[in-house]
Amino acid sequence: MAIDSDVLVIGGGIAGISSALAARQAGADVRLVSEAETTLHHASGLLDVLGYHPNAAGEGPVVDPFDAIADLPDSHPYAIVGESAVRDGLALLDDALGEAYQGSYTDANALVPTHGGTVKPTARYPASVAAGLASDDREMVLVDFERLTGFDAGVAADHLAAAGIPADTSAATVEFPIVVRDDAKVTRYAHLLDENPTVTVEGRERRVRAALADAIEPHVGDAERVGFPAVLGVDHPAEIRAELQDRLDAAIFEVPMGPPSVPGLRLEDRLYAALDDAGGRIEAGGGPIVGFDATEGTISEVYLDRSGSPIPYAADQYVLATGDVAGGGIDSDREGVTEPIFGCHVPHPTDRYEWFDEAAFGDHDFAEFGVVIDEMLRPVAETGDPEFSNLRAAGAVIGGYDYPAEKSASGVSIATGYAAGRQAAREA
Amino acid sequence: MNNTPHVVVVGGGSTGVGIARDAAMRGFEVTLVEKGNLTHGTTGRMHGLLHSGGRYAVSDQESARECIEENMILREIATHCVEDTGGLFVKRPEDTEEYYQEKLEGLRACSIPATELTAAEARAREPYLAKDIDKAIEVPDGAIDPFRLCVANAKSAQNHGARVETFSEVTDLLVEDGEIVGVEVTHESGSGNHVHGVEGAVEEIRADHVVNAAGAWTGELAAMADIDVEVRPSKGVMTIMNVRQVDTVINRCKPKGDADIVVPHETTAILGTTDEEVSDPAEYPEEQWEVDLMIEELGKLVPILEDARTIRSFWGVRPLYEPPDTGTDDPTDITRQFFLLDHDERDDRPGMTTIVGGKLTTYRLMAEQLVDHLAEKFGIEAACRTAEEPLPGSEDEGAIEAAMNEFGLRSPIGKRSAERLGSRTADVLDTDEPNPVVCGCEAVTRAEVQDAIEESGSNLNAVRIRTRASMGNCQGGFCSHRMANELHPDYDERQARTALDELYQERWKGQRHALWGEQLGQAMITYAMHALTMNRDRDPAATEDSLDFGAFDAGPSTEARTTADESAGIATDGGEEGTHGD
Ligand SMILES: Cc1cc2nc3c(=O)[nH]c(=O)nc-3n(C[C@H](O)[C@H](O)[C@H](O)COP(=O)(O)OP(=O)(O)OC[C@H]3O[C@@H](n4cnc5c(N)ncnc54)[C@H](O)[C@@H]3O)c2cc1C
Ligand SMILES: Cc1cc2nc3c(=O)[nH]c(=O)nc-3n(C[C@H](O)[C@H](O)[C@H](O)COP(=O)(O)OP(=O)(O)OC[C@H]3O[C@@H](n4cnc5c(N)ncnc54)[C@H](O)[C@@H]3O)c2cc1C
Repeated sequence: MAIDSDVLVIGGGIAGISSALAARQAGADVRLVSEAETTLHHASGLLDVLGYHPNAAGEGPVVDPFDAIADLPDSHPYAIVGESAVRDGLALLDDALGEAYQGSYTDANALVPTHGGTVKPTARYPASVAAGLASDDREMVLVDFERLTGFDAGVAADHLAAAGIPADTSAATVEFPIVVRDDAKVTRYAHLLDENPTVTVEGRERRVRAALADAIEPHVGDAERVGFPAVLGVDHPAEIRAELQDRLDAAIFEVPMGPPSVPGLRLEDRLYAALDDAGGRIEAGGGPIVGFDATEGTISEVYLDRSGSPIPYAADQYVLATGDVAGGGIDSDREGVTEPIFGCHVPHPTDRYEWFDEAAFGDHDFAEFGVVIDEMLRPVAETGDPEFSNLRAAGAVIGGYDYPAEKSASGVSIATGYAAGRQAAREA
Repeated sequence: MNNTPHVVVVGGGSTGVGIARDAAMRGFEVTLVEKGNLTHGTTGRMHGLLHSGGRYAVSDQESARECIEENMILREIATHCVEDTGGLFVKRPEDTEEYYQEKLEGLRACSIPATELTAAEARAREPYLAKDIDKAIEVPDGAIDPFRLCVANAKSAQNHGARVETFSEVTDLLVEDGEIVGVEVTHESGSGNHVHGVEGAVEEIRADHVVNAAGAWTGELAAMADIDVEVRPSKGVMTIMNVRQVDTVINRCKPKGDADIVVPHETTAILGTTDEEVSDPAEYPEEQWEVDLMIEELGKLVPILEDARTIRSFWGVRPLYEPPDTGTDDPTDITRQFFLLDHDERDDRPGMTTIVGGKLTTYRLMAEQLVDHLAEKFGIEAACRTAEEPLPGSEDEGAIEAAMNEFGLRSPIGKRSAERLGSRTADVLDTDEPNPVVCGCEAVTRAEVQDAIEESGSNLNAVRIRTRASMGNCQGGFCSHRMANELHPDYDERQARTALDELYQERWKGQRHALWGEQLGQAMITYAMHALTMNRDRDPAATEDSLDFGAFDAGPSTEARTTADESAGIATDGGEEGTHGD
């Protein structure tokens, strides 16, 4: 007997979670299955909606992403779901994330300093990032740790100045109070700050957070805010920031970094907890969905591969939220590009050498690989007809937009996830 | 007394640096000029095979003999650049017994140690060999790192007083009264180490003799003095796999052909190659069929290659030359030997000698013969010592072991650093500073990156070839910005950013030929990290227009923040919620 639910969501990234939350909210019985860890721990933890207009190379960042949606081409996922789904989806996430995320009080994008040192536009940011926004004119000092190679405060401070931000910037390098291994991961720093053990510094017993503040204190000067690489705790970030703020008498913020990303981990934890609270059932890490049965264009069940044995899962409605070529939702070999579970149509040039641009940051076709959807978010065949009556797609598995260029990743995942989840629940 | 002859060597490939070292050791005053990085030409784009000579044992026995002799010498003088992998010539059922026997006889005739292996013996040694192979011959092939080899030669030349100028292109030959008397050099950024943003300069360097070691570009250089040297550049592809499927060099035992060799190199295995004549050594098509052919053909020897992941492909051009009127049609038939052209004798144009052709494996011999020629010209008696005197990094056999013990380097990271640095390990790693890993795929530490920056300036591609940083699976996705960070504060943010942009583009160039399957996924993650999170593609710092920061969200108001602080005492963001934090 197949494991049964109204709505089965395949994929545990932000699109899958948004779909599951929306379907739950609409009253459906929901199950989410995801192959492995999500890609959220790669991501910066920022939730972008739209930072740049596609096809407007050379233009600056979009101030109001909601305004900009009206000008997008008809095939863009935002154009398909409409501005209201974007707003409603974000509201659903705002609810799930509570005070941990900010930015919902305005439609304007925020410009966030990230670890390379320049700023990027985003719509929602972790509370830990709030005091670092580039439009805030308070003087800042950026701090880095000797052994952490992913963030260099000096480079970042000068880069922010080169970008012309209205605040004065300076930098300081300190040794983390506990000598971590030379190749320790960022999560090691985060856990030490969470646990706050005692260390001996110059003969004195100090807690790690206090010792860290001692080391930074001489560099703060008149600065009203202090920025850290994003390692300020996985479990107790607010407490850590508050303590550092108290000790340094300056606002504390984090600069989002690349993988593995502590804000990404926190976002993942939060969202899974929210889905759990909402009564969604979650099976992450059990194995991939590898096959399906369908009759007359309707999927009856899908199969999860658990160490070689197929486990059937049945549902009335399915949401495909398996990500793009990075997430595993889109596959390719030397011959072509495919959607591996259902074999949905994925348009792509037959010549492999047209999949990319010569310039590293050129206009890459591969970034837009994904399924094509109709107005009900159903993947369609080359003919334009839906591949299956009860399959919808959400997130990066949908093609036709270059999210790294437009800075629209999470926003599209949330909006299409919301729309797909709601529609699936309505029809289940 | 100032009658030391001054020699200008043009070209920083294996041939040029080999000559610079030998000449400097024999007392010449030497200036080496290279238009790019060291290894910028063919030397940085070759297969990494330390030839045993086996490949030429049937068709070109003179080359084969040179190879085996030089192979044995390089194992002694360049230990830290050579890996003794051994090699196999593998016979498949469709390959003829006749050729197999010819190979065996040829190997013996050229004194190349050869042992016959049964299929079972060969497969015991390399378990991924195809099940249906007939048999194999074992030969002393090896793997050689061309980057380390050239850097060590250049360093040795410098230690003997030579001046080495990279990013310095010869833009003209100085000709007076029919004689070549020097070169006009355009420095990309002043002389000395390459530094971004420093103004270029033109310099005339006068010389008693010019050595043209410009590889596939020797013809272009000679043309500056109206001399005709017809180089016949021939391109070849190499495809890099993400892991080392074999630990032995695997050759196909059949007459010349495309895609017949796999060379293990560091953490990867490299498939090669093709042989196609091209008209311009700098501008030629890099074609998909070539990559596909590597995988399909070599899959017949090592079947798992069919499904394995490739991380990039690259092409090189062989600087083949044949004397006028030889008229060979097929480039694979052009000899692999090298030629020494004294333009006084050949063209009535004194002052320059061209050296062209050959192989990396024979670079030392080429240099020896050329410098012998110069020594005779200038009446210098000193004998060549390059066959005995180890290169910097290989001086002391025990040095690697000793340094590894001294630094407690038993971790894989330390081991790999020590392999790269050889006897320089102690000098480079002897640091009291924290020494974190900058490039995770290749386990390259900060001390090595800093050492390379000190040697080569702000150019990260130069750092890359010295350290292998950014040459592993992720192709710089996770580490190129970390490498750029290491430039600061010796170089400013702007220079670091420019260097990063150049490295990133260079890394992209080769990956484009591997973009399917997992490597395409990797490329997407890299693109997301660098464009989506870091916004490097639309960096406001890189544009002229200033941003209207005031139009964007500046965060919850300062006022609200202060009140929250006071009332809550600690929490500024609503306090702790459960154990998940934010
Ligand atoms: C390096 C990086 C940086 C990023 N930075 C930002 C940023 O700054 N701002 C921003 O807004 N967004 C960012 N993102 C993007 C964001 O996190 C999401 O990746 C994106 O929105 C796509 O989400 P998704 O849920 O559609 O796909 P994914 O996140 O890729 O999730 C797909 C899920 O499906 C699962 N899956 C795949 N195949 C199967 C199968 N056969 N069976 C079961 N499960 C399967 C995978 O395990 C995974 O959990 C970043 C992403 C990356 C990789
Ligand atoms: C595909 C391929 C695979 C190979 N595999 C092997 C192998 O496995 N084993 C082996 O032993 N050999 C191999 N070879 C051969 C070997 O790589 C070359 O013979 C050798 O590297 C040539 O070195 P070079 O110094 O003569 O030329 P190059 O390395 O090309 O050096 C010439 C240099 O001159 C510089 N230059 C040119 N013009 C100017 C100018 N105007 N001013 C200043 N500088 C200038 C160039 O930038 C270049 O760096 C291979 C070759 C190819 C193409």
